[in-house]
Amino acid sequence: MSNTTVDILLLAFGSFGILIALTFLGEVLRARQEPGTQNPVLETYMTRIQSWWGMVAFVGTALLVGKLGVMVLFAFCSFAALREFLTLTTKAQADHISLALAFFVVLPLQYVFVGMGWTGMYTVFIPVYAFLLLPIVSALRGNSEKFLIRVAETQWGLMIAVFCVSHVPALINLGITANSDRAVLMIGFLVMVVQFGDLLEYFFGRRIGRHKIAAGLSPKTWEGVTCGVLAAMLTGALLSWITPFGLFGAVALAGAASLVGMLGSLVFAAIKRDRGVKDWSHLIPGQGGFVDQLDSVIFAAPIFYHLVRFFYG
Amino acid sequence: MKFLRHFAARIVGHAIRIFARAITAVRADWQGIEPVPRQRVYFANHTSNGDMPMIWASLPPALRREVRPVAAADYWLKNKLRAFVGPEVFNCVLVDRRPEVKDKPMDKIIAALDEGSSLIIFPEGNRNMTEDPLLPFKAGLYNMGVARPHVDLVPTWVANLNTIMPKGEVIPLPLICTVTFGAPIHVEDGETKDAFLERAANALSSLAPEVQS
Repeated sequence: MSNTTVDILLLAFGSFGILIALTFLGEVLRARQEPGTQNPVLETYMTRIQSWWGMVAFVGTALLVGKLGVMVLFAFCSFAALREFLTLTTKAQADHISLALAFFVVLPLQYVFVGMGWTGMYTVFIPVYAFLLLPIVSALRGNSEKFLIRVAETQWGLMIAVFCVSHVPALINLGITANSDRAVLMIGFLVMVVQFGDLLEYFFGRRIGRHKIAAGLSPKTWEGVTCGVLAAMLTGALLSWITPFGLFGAVALAGAASLVGMLGSLVFAAIKRDRGVKDWSHLIPGQGGFVDQLDSVIFAAPIFYHLVRFFYG
Repeated sequence: MKFLRHFAARIVGHAIRIFARAITAVRADWQGIEPVPRQRVYFANHTSNGDMPMIWASLPPALRREVRPVAAADYWLKNKLRAFVGPEVFNCVLVDRRPEVKDKPMDKIIAALDEGSSLIIFPEGNRNMTEDPLLPFKAGLYNMGVARPHVDLVPTWVANLNTIMPKGEVIPLPLICTVTFGAPIHVEDGETKDAFLERAANALSSLAPEVQS
């Protein structure tokens, strides 16, 4: 086995260890309840842990398979996220072709460009080509009603669900690790620090949170976010051995990614609130939709990518 | 030969269900009733040819085996492929709406109910191409409710399909489709046809998700 494989397995077994501990904790709490009663908070917690088991298994397998596995996994995430996003946007039948192009042409091409490592293309494909060409396709159908809203919301969906998400696998292309197959470990690093920060932000926000960041939008508090970012930085320090960043670099990048991610999830909360939905969909039990699960990673990925590129590239 | 056709019908049925799930992540939302095997008539809004397969695909297996969509014979017997998919995969009750036909649609529907099947019907009669949520209902739903009062009439709202597959488009868009099942209704004693149909239409349109944007 190569070093990379050993490291991925270590990460996976470490995550499984944490999940076993969390599952065990939940079962103990369940056993301590009065027979026949159910605590809804506990049941939500257990459903979430179950979904986490699935996610660790999927991400771990993808990392082990290597580049192709990562591409397929995140292309699928992009598809699911774009589907959730565009379900809630404004559209007309005149947009049918441009929406079909977004799903079946723009999305796969973006991942082909990322897979080819064609940096000059995948960083401009959606912000330039899709941005200009898809509205033309919509305009050709001659319906001007709510036109700007329609094309703007579609473009926003593509940026979020395809462009941003594709920057997670694009980390492989940065070429800053001595051994190219170690680059997949940066993906494990990003996903773990951001998700772990989120988890502890939620926990501490519930426990000691007092001051809401954006009342009326989200229950996130300054206390929770501070603890979450600190937890992400600690996670970054513990995981610095799998990265080429060194200890301080890993801590700083983990903190930046986690903070951007948490504030980014406020943006999603605002969109959901505006559209009158609680979750983006029902596809991940206990978590809502793919966008609910990925929201912080979506915001963190491009920032993380460009910070790494700037300082280490 | 019969066995082979039956086998092929099951395979095609699975393929349609998997395709529907993969594209639209179709989900059943049981708001007013539980998904238990009781005899029911699911009456739904109709905006797209995909409505019936979508309801069919969202039902759990035990219910799907017992359900028969009521569909137009002229559509499903147009070519050999449709004549296989309609009657054999979906197990449709095919009705001929031309007035000169002796085989009256309501007789076939009542016969299917008497065999114990549940039904899927579209009481608007045709696909709704207007901006209104529903077209006026035809009398069929009322006649079924009067003739077989023990059967639950279940309002069934299919959301989003007119955007997923509008008339005249070829490629379906992968957007999320939800099928919402409401509380069952029955024809009450002395209720007139118009009053019942209005109540049924209201029960159905109240299931439509709030339109935002």
